[in-house]
Amino acid sequence: MKSKLILGCLVPTDVVTRACAMFDTVVAPGPNDMTVPEMLAAATDHRADAIVFTNTLPLNAAAVAALPDCVKIGATVSVGYDHFDVVAARARGLVATNTPGVLTECTADFAFMLMLDAARRGAEYDRIMRKGWRYRIGQGDLLGVRVTGKRLGILGMGRIGRAMAQRARGFDMEIFYHSRTRLPPELELGATYCATFEAMLPHCDFLSMHAPAGPATDKIVNARTLALLPDGAVFVNASRGGLVDEDALLDALTNGKLFAAGLDVFRQEPDYDLRFAALENVVLAPHVGSASKETRNAMGFRALDNVASVLAGNGPIDPLWT
Amino acid sequence: MPNPTLLVTRRLPDAIEARAARDYDARLTACDTPMPDVVAQAAGAWGVVCCPGDKFDAALIGALPDSVKAIATFSVGYDHVDVAAAHARGIAVVNTPDVLSVATAECAMLLILAAARRAGEGERMIRADRWEGWAPTQLMGTLVSGRRLGIFGLGRIGRELAKMARGFGMQIHYHDVARLPPALEGDAVFHPTDATFLPVCDVLSLHAPGGAGTRHWLNAERIAALPRGAVVANAARGTLIDDIALIAALKSGHVAAAGLDVYDGEPQVNPGYRSVENAVLLPHLGSATTETRDAMGHLVLDGLDAVLAGRVPANLVR
Repeated sequence: MKSKLILGCLVPTDVVTRACAMFDTVVAPGPNDMTVPEMLAAATDHRADAIVFTNTLPLNAAAVAALPDCVKIGATVSVGYDHFDVVAARARGLVATNTPGVLTECTADFAFMLMLDAARRGAEYDRIMRKGWRYRIGQGDLLGVRVTGKRLGILGMGRIGRAMAQRARGFDMEIFYHSRTRLPPELELGATYCATFEAMLPHCDFLSMHAPAGPATDKIVNARTLALLPDGAVFVNASRGGLVDEDALLDALTNGKLFAAGLDVFRQEPDYDLRFAALENVVLAPHVGSASKETRNAMGFRALDNVASVLAGNGPIDPLWT
Repeated sequence: MPNPTLLVTRRLPDAIEARAARDYDARLTACDTPMPDVVAQAAGAWGVVCCPGDKFDAALIGALPDSVKAIATFSVGYDHVDVAAAHARGIAVVNTPDVLSVATAECAMLLILAAARRAGEGERMIRADRWEGWAPTQLMGTLVSGRRLGIFGLGRIGRELAKMARGFGMQIHYHDVARLPPALEGDAVFHPTDATFLPVCDVLSLHAPGGAGTRHWLNAERIAALPRGAVVANAARGTLIDDIALIAALKSGHVAAAGLDVYDGEPQVNPGYRSVENAVLLPHLGSATTETRDAMGHLVLDGLDAVLAGRVPANLVR
């Protein structure tokens, strides 16, 4: 008999098909992902062995405690897991997994796109074109900032941060980074380690966030830290909105401290702060850093592989606690 | 001796106007459109700085006062300056080669990424407050990393783009009139014909010169030879593309997305582009960074300074 799976988030068709082939699967009916009460009810009603979900479903301590005992694994289809109380999962013996690795290149591509787009004013230019252009742009007008040869600071030198650095090297950028620990030389590849976030900031013509959200990084980008950047810096965030004090970011974007920003993530999603939409010097994206067909499939498959491995007694491939 | 007079036909970046005013008796303008009375304004001038869009043909050059000894164009291209007519009058011509390569390659890489990852659509959705949450196939784009990039024209800009694209794990293919020496080619794969080149272009970026020989090079037939779902970028010359054919391919989905900085007949743009979501459109600003425009301006003034000092400038148009 197949194991029972609750597929609580909407996933690409190929992933649904595979889930149904591998497990006795209850699929979220849509059009939205399951809510926590819906997920708990489905898990209880169907005596589920596993649940698959993503960052739209906050599996906090209360939700973890409310899961029926039959559920052995919670697999989030994401690399970030600030929506998943891993401490509570561990206390209950619930295996917790994410999908690292498979979205590295896709997300780094997107972060780099945001950086180029913000620096070169691509979104603003596109709006000019769609309104018809029809006027001369002077040689000194609407100028962007060159990316090539500049200094890039990366917060969080994990897989995606390192992939960002690799792309930046193709643009002859000088790379600075801050992480909890310094990388070995074979991963650092000449990047300059800064012992604190604050020590890195004065070197950042460009600043890109690749750190997880959580108490240690909540609003790490704030009025005090933004002030440490060089004037005219460009800020990029394709990791988590929780890293940013958005009032301070809006100030920096309107008072000339920052030249521009590229944002794929926000403190509130999808109900993001509409004050950003009034600005020309931000490039906005609706949390689509991993939105390519190949990557979304790979993420879903990876979550299913984690479930299968755990239910077969082989343990998780991508454990969030050990 | 007073500084020689320099007529500048367009507004230039601040740093450049400041240097021009320091070293010359500079006649500056706040205007961004072509100067209607260049000949009258040039009275007594030693040099003239012009831009593309100023038509310095044989008639205009013939009518310039004898005092004019140098013309500097704030551009790489000098189609708008009749160089032979200038030389016949003993007028030196300088331009701004090389300094645009990096900015233009950056622009091409931006167009590739933004088109492939549907940046324009995402922007429009979110600014219109139409973001209602995550959906499995919402704005799902094309992965750029690891794909095959076809570069049509592996000159300076094409090679800068190849270097950038290698950081994204892309495999580089190219088509050009001749194969490059190994030192310039690197690991890029040369295709002497379209027949082998086009089918490998998951992403196609154009970096060939304009002109009659390449007019509408990317036509319906060549588009059909691209893999289905290809991404097309053009930061070179608008005339390279048959717009009607590309718009049709964007609508049919054969071309997944296009990123364009240049247009056939610009600043008039085929209105069909504005109605397609899967095109990222820029108003010919491939070189529009402060750094690049300043570099162009300094190169213009370096060239004029050299002519004035009786030296041969590195950027002299021969």
